[in-house]
Amino acid sequence: MIEERFDAIVVGAGMAGNAAALTMAKKGMKVLQLERGEYAGSKNVQGAILYADMLEKLIPEFREDAPLERHLVEQRFWIMDDRSHVGLHYRSEDFNEERANRYTIIRAQFDRWFSSKVREAGATVLCETTVTDLAQDAYGRVIGVRTDRQDGEIRADIVVLAEGVNGLLGTRAHLRERPKPNKVALAVKEMHFLPRETIEARFNLNGDEGVVIEAAGTISGGMTGMGFIYANKECISVGIGCLVADFHRTGKTPYELLDRFKRHPSVAPLIEGSEVKEYAAHLIPEGGYKAIPQLYGDGWVVVGDAAQLNNAMHREGSNLAMTSGRIAAEAIFQVKSRRLAMTKENLALYKRMLDRSFVLKDMKKYKDMPRLMHTNSQNFFLTYPQLISKAMQTYLRVDGTPKTEKQKSTLKSFVNARSWIGLFGDAFRFARAWR
Amino acid sequence: MKIDRSVRVEDKLFCNRYLVDAGRPHIKVRAHTRPSSQLLALLKACPARCYDLNDKGQVEVTVDGCMECGTCRVIGESTGDVEWSYPRGGYGVLFKFG
Ligand SMILES: Cc1cc2nc3c(=O)[nH]c(=O)nc-3n(C[C@H](O)[C@H](O)[C@H](O)COP(=O)(O)OP(=O)(O)OC[C@H]3O[C@@H](n4cnc5c(N)ncnc54)[C@H](O)[C@@H]3O)c2cc1C
Ligand code: SF4
Repeated sequence: MIEERFDAIVVGAGMAGNAAALTMAKKGMKVLQLERGEYAGSKNVQGAILYADMLEKLIPEFREDAPLERHLVEQRFWIMDDRSHVGLHYRSEDFNEERANRYTIIRAQFDRWFSSKVREAGATVLCETTVTDLAQDAYGRVIGVRTDRQDGEIRADIVVLAEGVNGLLGTRAHLRERPKPNKVALAVKEMHFLPRETIEARFNLNGDEGVVIEAAGTISGGMTGMGFIYANKECISVGIGCLVADFHRTGKTPYELLDRFKRHPSVAPLIEGSEVKEYAAHLIPEGGYKAIPQLYGDGWVVVGDAAQLNNAMHREGSNLAMTSGRIAAEAIFQVKSRRLAMTKENLALYKRMLDRSFVLKDMKKYKDMPRLMHTNSQNFFLTYPQLISKAMQTYLRVDGTPKTEKQKSTLKSFVNARSWIGLFGDAFRFARAWR
Repeated sequence: MKIDRSVRVEDKLFCNRYLVDAGRPHIKVRAHTRPSSQLLALLKACPARCYDLNDKGQVEVTVDGCMECGTCRVIGESTGDVEWSYPRGGYGVLFKFG
């Protein structure tokens, strides 16, 4: 048993945990951080896009030594059917700026670097340590943690739960529900290695410029899900994720889905001849605003994916994790510096601060989206992509058919598939959820 | 139940790094004579294909290739079919890239 007493224990050394531990350690608090992996990052999976602004708030000079892959100059969005894709590209020279806005990263390397900053700030970081339970007193107040290392407890005034999407400890302590199949997506991902020049040629890049592709459509076979292709320096991340409930319902296998995505005629040429060096799987919280649990209580706060803070519409998670970790730490520090106890009442400050930040504002904006996408997955991920692709093809093929007839037949195919009421209903529901 | 064998998951897992905690599996399947629909779903939903049928028609789990994603927990824990924990600190999958 560690006899020392800590101001705070942080469970997990992912994006949220590192942000929280760093912020508290920098403010001079005595912080213990526990991570079950061999090193920070060895258990973590991401696409991965890093949003610079949220990291800059923690480590302003991060660009000097953080392991960054490529800064993004281009974003592509693909609506796919089985043989084609309709794409929206945005590329801008403005993104070739000194302090770039978004980068691709490799999580195992990035987290390790992030963790070194946490140590430098003075926190005690213990890896290879799985926290098995929260220690609670007779009144249910959280007073510390138990680990698989030594018997007995480690005590602290507050425990920051940054344990990621599975959130085992929070569930075991009855602080929140376990993730539900219709509120989490399972993503599988491979790392495809190719020579730098090949990647740059295939993606139309100069030097450290980067591109990401997000893809939706028949690739998910009618399930609620998305695929992604992100260019790193010497490898390409290729992955796809769908709701666990949909995998359960359809009996589709995640690896077959990934392989079908890789074989798609729009994807295959990008990764042709590559060497796959890793296959990874991870859950993503997709329940949105309505799935956010109680965020604080006596002796604890929850941050990041464990708190379901993930914006599935914009594929943002790590930045919400970093921001919630930082804000929780700032709230804790405020409570501490006022010499108040870490009670539920006092820690409500964390929620009030989070409410004012982009984190909960963004989450709230899309509160109806997860349900809409889930209950209409066949339309949004199968019917519409097929219709759109057919419309494009009809429009582009020059075959002597008058344009008016082409337009009519396209419109007819939409109405046949979804009916006028269906079309208006979908558009209305989508617009309302987007608003 | 037909399981898709066209993609060789073993080959995929082969490139991953693992430190297996021999004799201490972190996931357990409740003893059963006939598998529940949840257990049968895991034969397909697990991305590492850790779940398989034995010759008695029961679902078994072998955690050696497990990537600790939690999918089987989300599907099978609430019904009591699956007992799920993380491996001991340091053990299990070790992502080089993640
Ligand atoms: C395939 C995929 C692609 C994604 N792409 C993007 C993207 O491009 N951009 C983006 O912003 N977000 C993306 N996300 C989301 C992003 O990865 C998460 O939102 C983010 O990692 C959440 O950070 P976190 O710290 O809350 O959790 P995690 O990063 O998961 O960290 C949790 C940590 O806690 C540790 N831990 C858990 N339980 C215990 C325990 N009991 N004891 C000790 N340690 C424990 C874990 O080992 C881990 O290190 C993606 C996610 C996935 C799966
Ligand atoms: S945690 Fe994921 S990889 Fe491991 S057995 Fe369960 S479903 Fe399979």
